[in-house]
Amino acid sequence: MSQPTPSLAVELAGLALRNPVMPASGTFGYGQEFAPYLDLEKIGAVMTKGISLRPKAGNPTPRIAETSSGMLNAIGLQNVGIDAFIRDKVPYLQTLNTPVIVNFFGNQLHEYIEVAEKLSDIEAVDAVELNISCPNVKQGGIVFGTEPCAAAEVVSGVREKLNKPLIVKLTPNVTDITVMARAVEESGADVISCVNTLTGMAVDIEKQCLHLANGTGGLSGPAIKPVALRMVYQVVRAVSVPVIGIGGIMTAKDALEFLLVGATAVQVGTANLVNPGAMSEIVDGIEQFCRDKGIDDINQWIGSLQE
Amino acid sequence: MQNLKTVILHNREIAPGYYRMAILAPGYPQTAKAGQFVMLRVQLQAQPLLRRPFGIFKTGTLPPECSGMPPREFVELVYKVVGSGTELMATLQRGDQVELLGPLGEGFVATEDENPILVGGGIGLVPLFKLAEDLCRQGRKVRLLMGGRTRDDILGITEFERLGVETYVSTDDGSLGEEGLVTAVLERKLAKYPGAQVYACGPTPMLNAVHAICATHSTPLQVSLEALMACGVGACLGCVVPGKEHREDEPDYLCTCRQGPVFDAELLQWPESGGAA
Ligand SMILES: Cc1cc2nc3c(=O)[nH]c(=O)nc-3n(C[C@H](O)[C@H](O)[C@H](O)COP(=O)(O)OP(=O)(O)OC[C@H]3O[C@@H](n4cnc5c(N)ncnc54)[C@H](O)[C@@H]3O)c2cc1C
Ligand SMILES: Cc1cc2nc3c(=O)[nH]c(=O)nc-3n(C[C@H](O)[C@H](O)[C@H](O)COP(=O)(O)O)c2cc1C
Ligand code: FES
Repeated sequence: MSQPTPSLAVELAGLALRNPVMPASGTFGYGQEFAPYLDLEKIGAVMTKGISLRPKAGNPTPRIAETSSGMLNAIGLQNVGIDAFIRDKVPYLQTLNTPVIVNFFGNQLHEYIEVAEKLSDIEAVDAVELNISCPNVKQGGIVFGTEPCAAAEVVSGVREKLNKPLIVKLTPNVTDITVMARAVEESGADVISCVNTLTGMAVDIEKQCLHLANGTGGLSGPAIKPVALRMVYQVVRAVSVPVIGIGGIMTAKDALEFLLVGATAVQVGTANLVNPGAMSEIVDGIEQFCRDKGIDDINQWIGSLQE
Repeated sequence: MQNLKTVILHNREIAPGYYRMAILAPGYPQTAKAGQFVMLRVQLQAQPLLRRPFGIFKTGTLPPECSGMPPREFVELVYKVVGSGTELMATLQRGDQVELLGPLGEGFVATEDENPILVGGGIGLVPLFKLAEDLCRQGRKVRLLMGGRTRDDILGITEFERLGVETYVSTDDGSLGEEGLVTAVLERKLAKYPGAQVYACGPTPMLNAVHAICATHSTPLQVSLEALMACGVGACLGCVVPGKEHREDEPDYLCTCRQGPVFDAELLQWPESGGAA
């Protein structure tokens, strides 16, 4: 006897998703790269690589290193810049029958705001994700993502200029992530996504040198999952806006863990690099799990942790 | 381009530290081009996490067995054991499962030149085999200059010769062929065939030297580059190399996995022009 198909649909601040699985920024190109391997209409949303006001060169190579159950990247947010993005990437994104979320960042407050204004005008963009994990070079290395006041300033500045759902992405490189979560919620974030990569390092004992040209890089993959899960758990309890869980999700089981602690949706990052079909397998796995457990709506599972 | 969950047909050591692996790969004989590569996922667990890139050595079809099974299409790789991923690959046997993503990237472009010169060092000889096959089939007179540290690094010499390729060997220690660098042989050949199309694959210092020689002789050069890769499909931007016009304030990075791994040397920034390929 076949069971009815469970509903995997979730909602993020008015944005309806057919299921809670979407890519993490920077691991999915601008979407089109993955079309040969993955039905983009099978996932909850498409998320693009981080965009800035001007094109950004990124860091010198080597930019990646493999570590135990993870990888370090020091890509340095290389991207084509907002104008080329609108000209070259948006036409393809427009054709998709899947919500499009654009991740963006700036070096200074006015850059964030200018990009937000430009994104407001693009109909094909359904929501934006604000990455506040990059150093504010001008103000002497303050990081928007680690100073609650700086974070609040940039979030409210962007919120004012933006007519779409605003997701704010937090860095795990802080002492207490709930402080940052509350600061961005109060200043206008509609959704919080967490976490970005953890700062790490790798060295080569043969050549006695650093593996990455940049010295340090961002750690992602299965190695960070327990840390990310803990932070998502804490943030879900600290705020009332929906939370997107990110960090080391490789399988449906990993995704279900984040949903169980209260994430409304999840982002899959490094897994896409390892297996471009990963998200499709995760969606299938979640659906199968729901069938097996007799769950007919994924929202019954979200946040159902017994404590 | 596809992601195949497939099995190994054979995997055996062909020289100390070098292995040859055939993998069941429907569609590859028709689609794979010389110079393209695959990303191989050795085991479906987290360690090692990332796939490893390997050049395509050969493609082919096994005749049906007496059981009347359909012909089986395969791809062959040749690899050197250097670290955890390739160590694990060396333990695999017939019937073991792997995941194969590919064929990926842009391969060599066979030009009209009647007297092409191929230059390969060590494992860089791998993608040149398929290229040599194509060029020989088109009736070109192919010359291959093979370089290596010792005789163990000179791979597949008889197979190249069987294609009808004229081979010239040089090793650093003189254990096979002439002693010295492959670039000395290249100088001589270019003096004889000025303007010949050169195709090269090998370690970066070798490619730098080959480029310097080709530049002085104003002869066209295609190079296959190696870069650390995570995704192989252009998503992570981990594999970039500086393009000719690259400057800090005006980025011109080329993506090795998508725009390469084979590049026209003119598109790249080379050491003598201030960058590093
Ligand atoms: C397009 C392309 C085609 C390739 N074709 C072949 C091939 O046909 N045969 C073959 O043997 N190898 C080939 N390589 C190199 C091969 O990918 C690496 O040797 C392999 O990834 C090493 O994996 P590992 O886990 O054994 O080593 P690791 O433990 O990851 O590293 C061990 C050592 O190998 C070096 N290394 C790791 N990855 C690479 C890489 N991508 N390129 C160069 N050095 C690397 C590391 O810097 C380190 O010094 C190719 C690489 C690319 C990019
Ligand atoms: C190669 C790479 C590039 C990334 N680029 C970005 C980016 O441009 N913007 C951003 O907000 N996060 C970026 N990230 C972080 C991921 O979106 C994600 O937060 C992180 O990788 C953790 O998830 P994972 O363990 O599933 O990969 C990048 C991560 C990787 C591995
Ligand atoms: S390896 Fe990821 S972009 Fe080339």
